[in-house]
Amino acid sequence: MTENQQPSAPAADPDSASASQAAINTEIAAIAEGYDPDTAPETQPRLDYAPYRSSLLRHPTKALQHADPETIELYTPVFGQRDIGAAESDLTIQASGQPVGERIVVTGRVLDGDGRPVRHQLVEIWQANAAGRYIHLRDQHPAPIDPNFTGVGRTITDGDGRYTFTTIKPGPYPWKNHHNAWRPAHIHFSLFGTDFTQRLVTQMYFPGDPLFALDPIYQSILDPVARDRLVATYNHDVTQHEWATGYNWDIVLTGGHPTPMEEN
Amino acid sequence: MSKLPPTPGQTVGPFFGYALPYDGGADLVPTSHPSAIRLHGTVYDGAGDPIPDALIEIWQASENGVVPRVPGSRSRDGWTFTGFGRVAVGPDGHYSFTTVRPGPTEEGAAPFFAVTVFARGLLHRLLTRAYLPLGADAAAADPFLSSLPQDRRETLIARADEQGLVFDIHLQGDDETVFLSYGDE
Repeated sequence: MTENQQPSAPAADPDSASASQAAINTEIAAIAEGYDPDTAPETQPRLDYAPYRSSLLRHPTKALQHADPETIELYTPVFGQRDIGAAESDLTIQASGQPVGERIVVTGRVLDGDGRPVRHQLVEIWQANAAGRYIHLRDQHPAPIDPNFTGVGRTITDGDGRYTFTTIKPGPYPWKNHHNAWRPAHIHFSLFGTDFTQRLVTQMYFPGDPLFALDPIYQSILDPVARDRLVATYNHDVTQHEWATGYNWDIVLTGGHPTPMEEN
Repeated sequence: MSKLPPTPGQTVGPFFGYALPYDGGADLVPTSHPSAIRLHGTVYDGAGDPIPDALIEIWQASENGVVPRVPGSRSRDGWTFTGFGRVAVGPDGHYSFTTVRPGPTEEGAAPFFAVTVFARGLLHRLLTRAYLPLGADAAAADPFLSSLPQDRRETLIARADEQGLVFDIHLQGDDETVFLSYGDE
C-alpha cells in the first residue's frame, strides 16, 4: 500500500475476510437508507461500493467524462458464425460424459433501449459447476471439479435477438470478501450491441435466492427494481419433459445513441 | 417512444481467464506484419499496485482509417484485419496487443484506440480512448481532447517506446485515467 490509499476506507485486502456478515449487512443497509429512488434512479451498480471490498482501490474517483461517440465507437465489433463453434451453446455436451447437476435451458432476447432486437451478436457465458466450483486455478475452494463441465458457452443471437443456452444450474460458492461470504448462484454474461458503448458484462441470477440480501455485488445496484432485472424468471414453457428446467432472461443494452449514419 | 430500462452491469469477477481470452485475441495482426506495432501497458489500482485480474478490449480503425465491418471479429484467420482485440493482463498487471497504428477516420481527426476495461473489483466496465502521440497543436485542435484539462488529457495519450506504444491505465489515484460516458447511459 502507498500513501495514496484513503485512510478512512475499510481494509482493502480482498483476502482479509475480516468483516463479519453482520457488519457487511450494516454497511449495505446504511447505503440503501441513503438512496432515494425518486430523485435519480441508479440503474447501474455504484462503482464505489465499500461493502464489496475489492472496489475500494479500483473505482474511479472522478466523474466519467462525456464524449460523443466517434468513428469506431459508432459500430460494434461485428460478430458472426465464424466466431463460435457449433456446439458451444450447449455446455452439457462439451465432454465425453454428462455433467452433474440440474440441467437448465436459459433463453431470452437481447434488445436495445428502443426495444429493437440486437441481431447476430456474440453472447458469451461462463459459470461455476453445480458444486459452485470454477475450472480456474485461482478457484481453490474445496468443492469438486466436474470433469464433464467447463462452464464456458458462446452463441450468436438470431434475427429476433434471441439466444439459448443449455447448461447446468451453478451452485453458490464462498469468496473472501468477508467472513462466511457466499455468492448467490449466477451465470456471467458478456454482450455486445450495435455500437461500442453498449458493451455489457453482467451476471444472471436465479429467482428466490436466499443470498441476495447478503451479497455486496448484487446489492451494489441500489435501485431494487433495476437489481431485479438481473434475476431470470422460471418458465415452465421452456422447461422440457424429463430433460431440463427452463428460465427466461431478457437483456437490454443501452449506450450512446448516435444519429444513424449512412451504411457503407 | 418508450425506452426500455437497461440491464445493469456487474463485475467480470476473478474467474474469467478460462472463458473470455482466446487464442490470437491479443494479435490483431501477426507480429510479422510489416506495420506491426505493440500496444501495451499496465493496469494499476489506487495504491499504485498492478492489478493481476483485468481484461482489456480494443476496437480500432485500420492504418488507412477504415473502420472494419468484417463479420467474425473474434476469429483469427491470419489475413483479415477485424480491428477487435481482447487480452487479459498477466500476474504483473501488464497487457500487450500486436496491432497497427489506427489511421485518422476523417481528415484531421485524432486517431485513437477505443478501449474497454474489466476487472475484479470493478462493478461495471469502463470505456476510454488511447490516442496516438500527437503534438500540443493537434491535441488543442481536437474537440474532445481540448475539452479536457491538460493534465487529464495526458492520461489518454499513449507514449511511444521502441516497440510501439505504451498506454497505462490507472483506475484511481493522482494519474487516474479519464473514463468516458456517451450519450444518456
